[in-house]
Amino acid sequence: MIGTILISARTIDQGATLEEKTSQAYFDAAAYCELSESNLKALGVSIDQNVKVATAHGTVVVPAKIDARLPDDIVFIPMGPWANAIVDPDTCGCGMPGFKGVPATVEPTTDPVLNMKELMATYKE
Amino acid sequence: MPVIKDVVCTFCGCLCDDLEVTVEDNKITKVGKACKLGRAKTMGMFLHERIEKPMIRKNGKDSELEECSYDEAITKAAEILVAAKRPISYGWCSTSCEAIEKAVVLAEETGSLFDSTANVCHGPSALATQEKGAPSCSLGTAKNYADLIIFWGCNPVHAHPRHQTRYSTMAKGAFTPNGKKDKKMVVVDPRNTDTAKKADLLLQLKPGTDYVLIEALRAIVNGHEDVLPDEIAGLPKAKVLELAEMCKASKFGIIYFGMGITQTRGRYKSGDNVSSLLSDLNQTNKFVMIGMRGHYNVTGFGQVAAWEAGFPMAIDFSRGSAYYNPGETGTNDVLMRREVDAFITGAADPGAHFPQESIKHLYKIPAIQVDGYANPTTEFSDVVIPAAIAGVECDGTAYRMDGQPIRMKKLIETTFKTDEEILTEIIAKVRELKGKGGA
Repeated sequence: MIGTILISARTIDQGATLEEKTSQAYFDAAAYCELSESNLKALGVSIDQNVKVATAHGTVVVPAKIDARLPDDIVFIPMGPWANAIVDPDTCGCGMPGFKGVPATVEPTTDPVLNMKELMATYKE
Repeated sequence: MPVIKDVVCTFCGCLCDDLEVTVEDNKITKVGKACKLGRAKTMGMFLHERIEKPMIRKNGKDSELEECSYDEAITKAAEILVAAKRPISYGWCSTSCEAIEKAVVLAEETGSLFDSTANVCHGPSALATQEKGAPSCSLGTAKNYADLIIFWGCNPVHAHPRHQTRYSTMAKGAFTPNGKKDKKMVVVDPRNTDTAKKADLLLQLKPGTDYVLIEALRAIVNGHEDVLPDEIAGLPKAKVLELAEMCKASKFGIIYFGMGITQTRGRYKSGDNVSSLLSDLNQTNKFVMIGMRGHYNVTGFGQVAAWEAGFPMAIDFSRGSAYYNPGETGTNDVLMRREVDAFITGAADPGAHFPQESIKHLYKIPAIQVDGYANPTTEFSDVVIPAAIAGVECDGTAYRMDGQPIRMKKLIETTFKTDEEILTEIIAKVRELKGKGGA
């Protein structure tokens, strides 16, 4: 397990599939976690192997990808349902939740990645 | 083949107005000059599925959505809003100002909270502007004059792909005839992004230390660099001094800022401090700031809401007059406080873009969605009303990220109702149910 900081943001593929969020293309564009090369090695996972990313606000399982230019203290998940399963909902009294800079841990897992409909269904209480 | 020229792209806040769209038999077959985002948006209805019919869940969230008529869906939507004690209307940023105006009327009529996608985007920038102001200019002025371009917490290669060629670093301007050769480009971001690849200087700061870095730049600009430590925001002091020197040497500098300013620690106080930095720099130089707006007409929402109700977002109409206090009346705050009992959204996707805690409440209350495409919001919506795509299937006005209004074109015919028509019909139904008669 590694301790890190989660950042979520746009990517061009996530943007290009915004209007087809029920599609495989959107799933491929938004459901993954980018890690640095050394973090991938430290976790002993290869690209496309699933990792569990956990914060104080939830956990999500996504496949791992590599961003060779990413610092070791940051992991990145594209903005969307998978990132938002674990971002910080606190608005600090100004309306805006914490979509970036959320302390997180990452570990290898054999759990499956939920698709969009399965993930949304977890919010029924 | 009929080619429609000067088409306005309705994806991001760049509102590029030079697209060339080929239409054959009421079908868009080619989109010239657009980026990947613009092409996907403009041709979307021919590339993938859309919501074909209005739908209603008849037996709660666990039941399936069943097709119905527009009249049935609109009546059900009006019934939900009239029965609610504390409804909220959210979104309306990927649509026309004309539709947004109707959304304001509906919110007023139903005593709703009323908020835009800025709640999870540039809402803190609006607060920063109200605190300190935001010296700005048009993208045309920026293109022609700016010789120092700073992308702070934004990644236009991914989110605003034509920004650099049309308005900023690559654009040839009247005073920068050689384009990039006449300009300096700086990126401030914790990630070494694709935008940073072509930057003259990358400041890869520690996540959440934007405020600290802005404050350090202010200290240097004001002649107090001696008080600064050797490391600032995870960066060597020399790098920060280098940026300060570039600022002082520029004739016209601009800070384009994104979610790296608004969503990180400090929230609106970071935007507020950008404004203070510009105030310092403007004692001797010329500096401006522009927020990189995401939804193509989120700027228009702010304009319409401000001229209709006095505030740009997070408005509460429950008192009978407009009340505004983001942090109290913002969408995510009221959802997390479990305060609202009905939800209507259009031209936005809160299901995909809200944190988990907010969505949990949306599964507990009646929800109405007005949209062209199924998405995570559809999953918890009890009423789904399909809409025409503004800027493709109907015309209207949108505001670019620099506050310039641009008229969107209608490119093809459609049988879907527009957002404006749907909202107008809901308003009429609400008035009928409240015994006020039709519109």
